[in-house]
Amino acid sequence: MNMKKTLLFILIIAIVSFAGYTAINGIEIKGKKITKIQDSIDLGLDLAGGVYVVLEAQTDLQGEELQKAMEQSKMIINQRVDGLGVSEPNIAIEGNKRIRIELAGVEEPQEAIEMIGKTAQLQFIDSKGNEVISGKNIKSSETVFYRTDFGEKPVVSLEFDKEGALAFKEATERAMKEPNDVDKIIYIVLDDEIISAPIVRNVISDGKAMIEGEFELEEANRLATLIRAGALPVDMVELQTSVIGPTLGLEALERSIKAGGIATLIIFLFMLIYYRIPGLVADIGLAIYILIVLYAMKFLGVKLTLPGIAGLILSIGMAVDANVLIFERIKEELRNGKSIRASIDHGFKRALTSVLDSNITTLIAGIVLYYFGIGPIKGFGVTLILGIIASMITSVFITKHLLKLTVDMTNTKNTKLYGA
Amino acid sequence: MNIIKNRKIYYTISLGIIIIGLIMWIINGLNYGIDFTGGTSIQIKIGQVISVDEAREIVDNYDKEASILHIGTNKDEIMIRSKKDFTSQEINEIVDKFQEKYNIKDKEFQSEKFGPFMGKEIRRKALLSSLIAVVAMLIYISWRFELKFAIAAIIALMHDVLITFSIYAIFKIPVNSAFIAAILTILGYSINDTIVIFDRIREEMKLNPRTNAEDIVNISIKKSLTRTINTSLTTLVAVVLLYIIGVEDVKILALPLIFGIISGTYSSLFIASPLWYEMKN
Repeated sequence: MNMKKTLLFILIIAIVSFAGYTAINGIEIKGKKITKIQDSIDLGLDLAGGVYVVLEAQTDLQGEELQKAMEQSKMIINQRVDGLGVSEPNIAIEGNKRIRIELAGVEEPQEAIEMIGKTAQLQFIDSKGNEVISGKNIKSSETVFYRTDFGEKPVVSLEFDKEGALAFKEATERAMKEPNDVDKIIYIVLDDEIISAPIVRNVISDGKAMIEGEFELEEANRLATLIRAGALPVDMVELQTSVIGPTLGLEALERSIKAGGIATLIIFLFMLIYYRIPGLVADIGLAIYILIVLYAMKFLGVKLTLPGIAGLILSIGMAVDANVLIFERIKEELRNGKSIRASIDHGFKRALTSVLDSNITTLIAGIVLYYFGIGPIKGFGVTLILGIIASMITSVFITKHLLKLTVDMTNTKNTKLYGA
Repeated sequence: MNIIKNRKIYYTISLGIIIIGLIMWIINGLNYGIDFTGGTSIQIKIGQVISVDEAREIVDNYDKEASILHIGTNKDEIMIRSKKDFTSQEINEIVDKFQEKYNIKDKEFQSEKFGPFMGKEIRRKALLSSLIAVVAMLIYISWRFELKFAIAAIIALMHDVLITFSIYAIFKIPVNSAFIAAILTILGYSINDTIVIFDRIREEMKLNPRTNAEDIVNISIKKSLTRTINTSLTTLVAVVLLYIIGVEDVKILALPLIFGIISGTYSSLFIASPLWYEMKN
């Protein structure tokens, strides 16, 4: 036994175990806190819960004009989402005429979806059917409480710009001249739907108006936000929406972690029993591999999604492959009567080409998936790429040195310990 | 073990499965998921087991053709799938009705809605990215080995994809975008497996230049057999556990992977190398 090498080996195991413990449970030393990895990796919507909508513009616009309309739509949707009070929304233009909106933790998901995709073309229309003012002329809109005989109720108060104020004044003047109440109505229309039909009682010249209706406070707030943000320059249709409840997402995460944990445990035991000392070394390597992948995800800001977890667990299975390849080669060399040390050197060398060639071909597939894939396919690609790179690093460098360390440590001639 | 001698048997087994699959495919078509056909899926946690008929009472008002499934470990969740494009309002109404009828405290549901063109696009993108991936791999393998290896490897890949499709056609398992992600992973996994054996063949050829191709293939497969089995087993353990423990969305991803890994291992051993032998002679 070589004491120095043995100590080094034990130290390595201790460090890896400590890092593993920290990753699983988190740790706190003298006020400095390292949160557990599960909490520090961003979760995708399918795990965290939330709303996800893909909208497509219905337009024949092309090139720069289309781009401008899309940018404008994105800005307007941004404002609408702000009105919902969602933290860290993710709104992105995808391709030419699509907008992808991801909102985590929305309380009323269906209402949010409806509000986001609305064109929200606001019009004031007089009794003869002429448009008096449109949404463009509105300077501000907010929810206020209006006192009535039956108590306070929420209404949306509007303020027009100069042009709008003038137009509204003229329209109310015209309405006042009508003899019948029916002809004194100015309809307030949102996307071809009448939301309020007030009868004009006097000329309004201060550029202010109010939308009354049987609103709940929330509805009034939503309407105010819609009007404030303005109309989308193009109509949008929902191509795809998903709503994921927060506990369903959590369940998915917990069960995937459980599956991953059990799978890892079985693989660890299998390697240990089948390959003995190299198996132990491979297990240490695998633990390091898992840590590298998880922390790489954290630092690269890769969001963990369900397909991502599946890719990750699959890559653990595949990471074993490089080790298996190398160990089988070492066993062959041992059977040919070489010493343990020589067998390890030769085994690694001869397995290297197949480890490299097989992993690089898979890597090519991963990169293509990442570049050309959409949605879930992309997430899968990312974890596959990370997994392959981490697996090559651990199996080719870390496992090799650890294995040699065990030989120096024990100076054993017993090839059985190395799986022969 | 003489794989080259028995190669016709292996080809026949594979062709048999693929032909049955293709016939089923032509007769029944594939069972596309709603993300391909367009439609709506709603998943609601009821908190108690209710019968499909009870659920129908509510769902029939919206779509009589909708399918209703029990899911979740305790079967206390239901999944409604409709080929119709429900509005957000309709989805909300359905969920509210269930919430009212079964006194559900927390509104816990999940819904997905796909326009009819989305699926077409996902399919097109997946096909395109697979083609690009295949061409890129073909180039790499030709460069590192030789063209014959590359062609044999790619045919083995197509074999795996076809087998997985066949099994889906035969058992009418829904094909959706997760399935596509899985097929793409199978591409990666299967090629990995094949390359390892080809690497061995390349090496054996160098070491024994005078041995004939038949013996080279048999020796190479025999020597890498333990590795092939061990790797497939560890990967299968991971994927099968995902299938058993995972939630619905993970299951539909894990299932094609299970078939793909088995088929990938089979094709590396019994299809890819014999095909290379075929071309070599």
